[in-house]
Amino acid sequence: MSKQIIVPFGPQHPVLPEPIHLDLVLEDEKVVDVVPSIGYIHRGFEKLVEKREFTEYVYIAERTCGICSFIHGATYCQGIEQIMNIQVPERAEYLRVIWSEFSRLHSHLLWLGLFADAFGFENLFMGAWKTREKVLDFFEETTGGRVIQGTSKIGGVRRDISGERLDRMVKDLDDLDREMKELTDVFLHDDSVKHRLRNVGTISRNDAYHLGAVGPTARGSGVAIDLRKSGYGAYDRLNVPVVTDSCGDCYSRCAVRAKELFTSTDLIRQAVKKITEGPIDVKVTGAPDGEYFMRAEQPRGELVHYLKGNGSKFLVRSRIRTPTLTNIPPLIKMLQGCELADVPVIVLSIDPCISCTER
Amino acid sequence: MVYFEMVKTALKTVLSKPATILYPVQAAKKTPLSRGHVVQDGSKCISCSICVKKCPAQAIVLDKEAKTWQINRFRCVVCNSCVDTCPAKCLSMDTQYTAPATAKGVETFAITYVKPAKPEKKDEQKQ
Repeated sequence: MSKQIIVPFGPQHPVLPEPIHLDLVLEDEKVVDVVPSIGYIHRGFEKLVEKREFTEYVYIAERTCGICSFIHGATYCQGIEQIMNIQVPERAEYLRVIWSEFSRLHSHLLWLGLFADAFGFENLFMGAWKTREKVLDFFEETTGGRVIQGTSKIGGVRRDISGERLDRMVKDLDDLDREMKELTDVFLHDDSVKHRLRNVGTISRNDAYHLGAVGPTARGSGVAIDLRKSGYGAYDRLNVPVVTDSCGDCYSRCAVRAKELFTSTDLIRQAVKKITEGPIDVKVTGAPDGEYFMRAEQPRGELVHYLKGNGSKFLVRSRIRTPTLTNIPPLIKMLQGCELADVPVIVLSIDPCISCTER
Repeated sequence: MVYFEMVKTALKTVLSKPATILYPVQAAKKTPLSRGHVVQDGSKCISCSICVKKCPAQAIVLDKEAKTWQINRFRCVVCNSCVDTCPAKCLSMDTQYTAPATAKGVETFAITYVKPAKPEKKDEQKQ
């Protein structure tokens, strides 16, 4: 046995958009063990729930993450609505689906760009972010914010999208689809990309399932779990295809995300077709008394918001469990036995969102 | 074997105009809904302080004695909550972002609203 050395990876590393620290135990160039540590950007969001009224906390819940912000806000609202037995108007539910799916497009395009950057394909990185800009423009035009939308509220949504704008959006989606097809073709078919990603960071279906992988990390190993299938919000009226890939390596996880872009545009089209006219919100009176676990599918996997109220305007407890937290144990498994040079690509392949994880 | 899949896209990009704009020389993109910064109209403000209570970032301070309305732009998260809840409609959302600053500080607006005097009908009737 050769001598073991420990190489620190992060919290500051060119490939990491956010700080996570990994102690890599190496034997020559091979990683034998990994010790992760988080805690660099804890912001105390969960404690803040005691200081802000439950109606104002929506804005704070949304700011948990800068990428899937809309889904955080909507999940929090859905949790409170479940505690208070509020029936949200149908139009609001469909609007939430439309914005959630656009969030997914935004997140996956951002990740594809970052991933391309991680394996050294700068041009592809720029291309992905150029396409993402169209999604951000849509957000700004319909909600007023590019990254933080601020349209969720308890009892519905704060802004409506006109029928004429929805029709125009569907037409724009065709252009977006074409552009994304061109982009994902490079990820899926180019041999230089395949060569870099195939058989790197492989995790078996069994390991992924038992270590609690969620989202594209699990689906990339053939575990077909997607919370949208459980039919929260308006998803029960839509046909949600679950994209899976069986290999469990970096390429599979990349392919799942690339293909999910098209399921998202498909879901938006379905939602626009089924959307009904009507009010977008209902009046909320009283305060939440009870507790609820609200689960939703984020771009990275399953998100859980636990909320507990005691009938006052301030909640007693909020607990947010983000998908990246549950994807860390599978990440450790992927890293064991890999080469040191593959570590950045593998770490990025789970789409780590550390700010969300530490809240 | 498929290599150079990106070439078509790269050539298209070389021949097209840049996707970026020269900010701040060129103005940033904005839409009628864009949330830039909150503007207060002192002539309409009734000093009800609902905006202070509804601000999730606690960025607004209202002084009824000194008749001033202050906003800390560095705390404000531009969520539109105050604009939505203002009963006197004295707050509005400007689409332009605030300019970068080198020092933190608060912006103060004077409240010039004067409560209209109640019509003295009863007195007239007595006389």
